[in-house]
Amino acid sequence: MAQVRMREALRDAMAEEMRRDESVFVMGEDVGVFQGAFKVTEGLLDEFGEKRVRDTPISENTIVGTGVGAAMAGLRPVVEIMTVNFSLLAMDQIVNHMAAIPYMFNGQVRVPIVVRMPGGGGHQLGPTHSHSLEAMFLHIPGLLVACPSTPADGKGLLKAAIRDDNPVIFIEHETLYGARGEVADSDGNGDGPLVNFGEAAVLREGGDVTIVGLLRMVDVAERAAKTLANEHGAEAEVIDPRTLRPLDLDTILESVQKTNRCVVVEEGWPHGGVGANLAALITEQAFDYLDAPVQRVTGADVPMPYAKRLEQAAIPHAEHVVSAALAALEGSL
Amino acid sequence: MAKSEAEVAQGPTVTAAGDGKGTAAHPLPDADTCRELLETMALIRRFEEEAGRQYQQAKAGGFLHLAIGEEATIVGTTSVMRPDDYLIGTYRTHGHAIARGTDPKNVMAELFGREDGCSRGRGGSMHIFDPERRFMGGYGIVGGNLPIAAGLGLASDYKGEDSVTVGMFGDGASNSGNFGETMNLAALWKLPVVFLVENNLYGMGTAIERHSAVTDLSRKAEGLGVPGVRVDGMDVLAVREIVSEHIRRAREDRQPTLVEAFTYRFRGHSAADPEVYRTKEEVEEWRKKDPITVFRDRLVAEGVISDEAVDEIRERVEKRVLEAVEFADASPEPPLESLYDHLYVVGDQVPGWYAVDERTPEPHRGEEEWEIGAAGEARKLAEAGAAYAGRQSSRGRGPEQTMDDRDAADALEDRDEDEPEEGPG
Repeated sequence: MAQVRMREALRDAMAEEMRRDESVFVMGEDVGVFQGAFKVTEGLLDEFGEKRVRDTPISENTIVGTGVGAAMAGLRPVVEIMTVNFSLLAMDQIVNHMAAIPYMFNGQVRVPIVVRMPGGGGHQLGPTHSHSLEAMFLHIPGLLVACPSTPADGKGLLKAAIRDDNPVIFIEHETLYGARGEVADSDGNGDGPLVNFGEAAVLREGGDVTIVGLLRMVDVAERAAKTLANEHGAEAEVIDPRTLRPLDLDTILESVQKTNRCVVVEEGWPHGGVGANLAALITEQAFDYLDAPVQRVTGADVPMPYAKRLEQAAIPHAEHVVSAALAALEGSL
Repeated sequence: MAKSEAEVAQGPTVTAAGDGKGTAAHPLPDADTCRELLETMALIRRFEEEAGRQYQQAKAGGFLHLAIGEEATIVGTTSVMRPDDYLIGTYRTHGHAIARGTDPKNVMAELFGREDGCSRGRGGSMHIFDPERRFMGGYGIVGGNLPIAAGLGLASDYKGEDSVTVGMFGDGASNSGNFGETMNLAALWKLPVVFLVENNLYGMGTAIERHSAVTDLSRKAEGLGVPGVRVDGMDVLAVREIVSEHIRRAREDRQPTLVEAFTYRFRGHSAADPEVYRTKEEVEEWRKKDPITVFRDRLVAEGVISDEAVDEIRERVEKRVLEAVEFADASPEPPLESLYDHLYVVGDQVPGWYAVDERTPEPHRGEEEWEIGAAGEARKLAEAGAAYAGRQSSRGRGPEQTMDDRDAADALEDRDEDEPEEGPG
């Protein structure tokens, strides 16, 4: 085990897969000479050269579409989109092509592409660089959607994503790139462990309330769980779904059947969000077990503001999660 | 804005491979090739006519875009491609697949939405596909296939293969952002792609003068590093000559190019087009340049083919097309349980919920406690398509009501929300 930053873990995942499989290549805006806007692709150009680490023009839809075509012809492109917001320029390729092609051509062709993109607020990047659009991608059948919160998950999921034959949207969080975490050492062949899609992580066990968080909100959920334990005598179970499609709903339902209460925390917007979707699924599948409505903690329903105080006000914090959990627990403590 | 007759007449004149001499300027290839070109064009024509007729009879649904009139551009292009070259097209590509060798039976079955369709009824008329013949698809989004063409070219390049991609698109797509983005990328990366714009003079119902500031599309990518050329798309031999040279440039010189083929669809944009945007005279003028009759007349006149041989071709394509209809008619509809097929490649990953209704044996947990009636087709449809619609569905079905009395079609139909369903159960 070594302490590794998220950006290094992601880089190592790509490098290991590129060493392992000649058909894997990386392309995106400033991924080569500049080494990535967030330095995630640092060192890749030196090791793999311009054929496999390709700087692209600023043409998001065409970058993704070129990746789709290359994937249809047998390559495994890893496309970096500089921020989640910019992926909106590629939505035609992502929704109408990348996600639809395997289905609309009846499985006669595969589209093994990974589109990586960082999102989320916290760096004062304002209303066009800070959004959390997991729910948009979650909405689309045909896509797999990953959203790692730790370096180990980042590496293991990205390796799994690259090997997967489905198109994958891989969402990273800008403020997690510098976060350190333990990552298992790679074996003698330079191959680290994979993290399976569709397998949630139970990060803390507890019997009073289930808290589901994703990306940076996993950390927020864990902080809230500590406060709940220390100050309110409530034991929270914290779950990181790690992938939204496929979704390990079973682990979440098992937890809810035990705790009878659930809080979902995400940075995205409330309407039609990840939490809204989870609340619906939990209500449909475990209604009889619920002692309180599923509580949602989300980002504020506004484009992300620039000013530091406003930005922080628009992002969920542990206090919000504690309040939501206490609301769910009302009368039972 | 209807074009004047003079403008119409001028169009093809300037496009005849740039030499102004027209068809006669191109020496005929060998007799077998000539017959094959004629027969493939005739097959596409007859297929499209029949597809139109079947559409009128509601055998095919959705939109139907016919390429009648554009056969020379299609066949001229495919006839100079190698089997390992990639072809990718638009939503008007029944003929492109057939020209690449796809059996018309499977194309017709796809139009009918049947099990034996080339995409098993998932794609329909706009999304024909045949990877075995490297026909990499018809695409319904105007310009959406352009970057994919670049990607196919990139894959050839990356793998060190000398296959070439021909990316065909319409004049309307030259205004999409993808056009500029893709031309730049292809030129920057020296991708082996021939971009071929099937300029049929209209982006749906908008004439080219009204949709493109630069109407010489062959020059539209010059500033992005992709040189272009115009060709008479009604002349199969002119198309062959020009496309073959540009395929060579892509293959050997790694130079992507843009070929603008002037062509014309004799039918409307789709089968549901009243054609208010162009005159009957214009259509008639272009019909005089019918790529099939002009070529046939020349072959007969020059003694390459006899009238009897022409009749034989006519009979053969007639038979193939009617067989295709019969085949499509006999092909079953895709079973409801196939609804989720190929949405995902499910490998050795642990089971999760890939899609609603996909990854759990009990999509409606606790459902057995509900009185929702006998299992009929309606219920199957509802479950297959709306797995979590639940007990209080959007149709306002009350908890007491059953679905027994609703047949399959009824279950799929939109209901007026204000109109109460049958009285309280």
